[in-house]
Amino acid sequence: MFAYIVRRLLYALPILVGVNLITFALFFVVNTPDDMARMQLGVKRVTPEAIEKWKAERGYDRPLLWNAQAQGAAKATQTIFFQKSVRMFAFDFGRADDGRDIAREIRLRMGPSLAVALPVFVLGLFAAVWFALLLVYFRASYLDTVGVVLCVAMMSISGLFYIIGGQWLVSKVWHLVPISGYAAGLDAAKFVILPVLVSIVGGIGSSARWYRTIFLEEIGKDYVRTARAKGLSERAVLFGHVLKNAMIPILTGVVVVIPTLFMGSLVIESFFGIPGLGNYMIDAINAQDFAVVRAMVFIGSFLYIVGLLLTDISYTLVDPRVRLG
Amino acid sequence: MMAAKFVLLGSDALLFALVVVAAASLWWASGQEHLRHAMRRVAASRTGMATATLLAAFLAVAVLDSVHYRPRLEGTQDNYAVEVLSALDALLMPLKTHTEKTYSAPLATHLFAREIQEGEGGWIYPRLKYGGAHLKDDLAGYDGDIAHAVLRGVALGLAVWGAAWFAALPLRRRYRRVAWTAALGALLAVCLLAGPVALLAQGYHVFGTDKVGQDVLYLALKSIRTGVLIGTLTTLIMLPAAVLLGIVAGYVGGWVDDVIQYLYTTLNSIPGVLLIAAAVLMMQVIIDTHPDWFATAAERADARLLALCAILGVTSWTGLCRLLRGETLKLREMEYVQAARAFGVSRLAIMLRHILPNLMHIVLISTVMDFSGLVLAEAVLSYVGIGVDPNTISFGTMINAARLELAREPMVWWSLAAAFSFMFALVLAANLFADVVRDAFDPRAS
Repeated sequence: MFAYIVRRLLYALPILVGVNLITFALFFVVNTPDDMARMQLGVKRVTPEAIEKWKAERGYDRPLLWNAQAQGAAKATQTIFFQKSVRMFAFDFGRADDGRDIAREIRLRMGPSLAVALPVFVLGLFAAVWFALLLVYFRASYLDTVGVVLCVAMMSISGLFYIIGGQWLVSKVWHLVPISGYAAGLDAAKFVILPVLVSIVGGIGSSARWYRTIFLEEIGKDYVRTARAKGLSERAVLFGHVLKNAMIPILTGVVVVIPTLFMGSLVIESFFGIPGLGNYMIDAINAQDFAVVRAMVFIGSFLYIVGLLLTDISYTLVDPRVRLG
Repeated sequence: MMAAKFVLLGSDALLFALVVVAAASLWWASGQEHLRHAMRRVAASRTGMATATLLAAFLAVAVLDSVHYRPRLEGTQDNYAVEVLSALDALLMPLKTHTEKTYSAPLATHLFAREIQEGEGGWIYPRLKYGGAHLKDDLAGYDGDIAHAVLRGVALGLAVWGAAWFAALPLRRRYRRVAWTAALGALLAVCLLAGPVALLAQGYHVFGTDKVGQDVLYLALKSIRTGVLIGTLTTLIMLPAAVLLGIVAGYVGGWVDDVIQYLYTTLNSIPGVLLIAAAVLMMQVIIDTHPDWFATAAERADARLLALCAILGVTSWTGLCRLLRGETLKLREMEYVQAARAFGVSRLAIMLRHILPNLMHIVLISTVMDFSGLVLAEAVLSYVGIGVDPNTISFGTMINAARLELAREPMVWWSLAAAFSFMFALVLAANLFADVVRDAFDPRAS
């Protein structure tokens, strides 16, 4: 097991290198630092001196890949590639355009992101499984058909509608919770309830429909027939046998998103004013702060790869037939 | 001397190409027994035919909106307007040009905001320039006028529907198993909605006007093209790469397989939104630094739309590629492929003749399934600021412009309502149609 994890981590390395090269190509080769400077300073009437100063302040005045003027090892290290891309592997992201330390911002903003994303994940999973189980209990009846149509209809509504509608109904008409904002500690609850609710309602359609097919697949298997033949009630069959076995594909399917929960949700956080990483991302996109976007791409990919690893490990935990060798 | 100069934007050409390709593949598929069987199942499905009719109506609007031209300026020999119009614009010209000063409610006769007026004694709601302008000052006969227009619209809708009903008669005799009732029923619903709206739109703003006084109905109709383009072109752009790499990875194996798997795992591990954000920001810089590449604003917006489709394609081809690779791995071991190999058929010929045709149903299913997700994604991306050009009319830009107005008192709801309902109709039809297609074409489903 340990050897397997080490080997998987080593496999992950080339992928991270690839991600890094893609972002490097996107941010420094397709677009030169000169373009970035010109855009930040305003496209028209920029003096070459102003561009040079902007680049020097941010360390973009070095050569891209090879510094012929430096001495010894500095030939390779005093370059944009080394300073901006290679150092990310040590989680050293440098500074944003406004001068703040990116790593510190990320640490600060992880909390609020998790405060929304974690309840959405746990409660959303619970709600979707429960709803899917209900549909399966009433399978091949009118209730089932209506439920599936409801799922498709809910999938077809834009997520923005749930957000805007939820804010309008719950906050503006009913005055139950504030429209947006955030507070530290336990006070966060009243700000977090609405975004969590909206995300769950917005996501339940597609996941419940998917889980329903998993349950239906499971229900056709032999052990279910045996359980029924034993004289177990339909409820006992569903909850005792089908649910337990169907949770294997469901859980292993969602494990991959657990690490990325840290990243938060872009749209939800920006609509509800939650100072998490999603919001940070939107601000960076709007301010065209490439240093932040680059750092977030790297972290996002890293967390996704961790998620893939966790998925593989979870297979061995729930199903003893799977051996990692 | 032409009265107008035709303009073929990049996305227009691709959309037309897509329609031609779709028609050609339908014709090809009707020659393949197993695909013809599946197509019959789609045609016999009531949901399938009803949603297909709706989607065809949306597609018709999108195609009409893709025939672009620049009108000749009045009184000149060959000077053409900078503004690029479309055939849809020409049809809806009154809606496009009848702009009010600012917000007005659906079917309103007065502006939504009060104004100081000279000599009238203070704040009043001024009359609209076009909405209900044919009515007298005391608005006598407003209700009657609306009712009259609705009734005439219903009659018009019924007449058009009746004509379609008769036109379909010979077809119905020939193809009896097709679910004609559902198709005609959906068409009836469209006609009954479109008739009254079309007649009301001549004297009123049916869905009101937005902040700068543009007709919301016009905006919603124009948004359809953007949504359809993003939903279809994205898949079209990614399809060749996904199919080629998927089949080659699965069939050739070895280090080629490793490289292709590495490629898609790497692309897949970058969070989609971030990759899109990065690429769209880059694209915007390129567009801004090369203003000389584009003759008109429409071309510039079109370049950004195509770039968005391309980058959405890059983020979404990996799923299909992995699916095709897995299926190819299975097909490679089939007896008929082994027989072909034993007869010395070349690898290329096997992939083209034996593997590819047997993967077409997967390609079709995933194309149809992706459509609705992409339409929804456009709205979110435009909200984040990494979607279409802010000047392109789309569901996303409509929602983005209107979302703050819910806080007004009284509330401005009609822009949002129009955008969300049009999008809901399009996406729901696409989702239901995709389910029917998947059930019909997936051999495991039955």
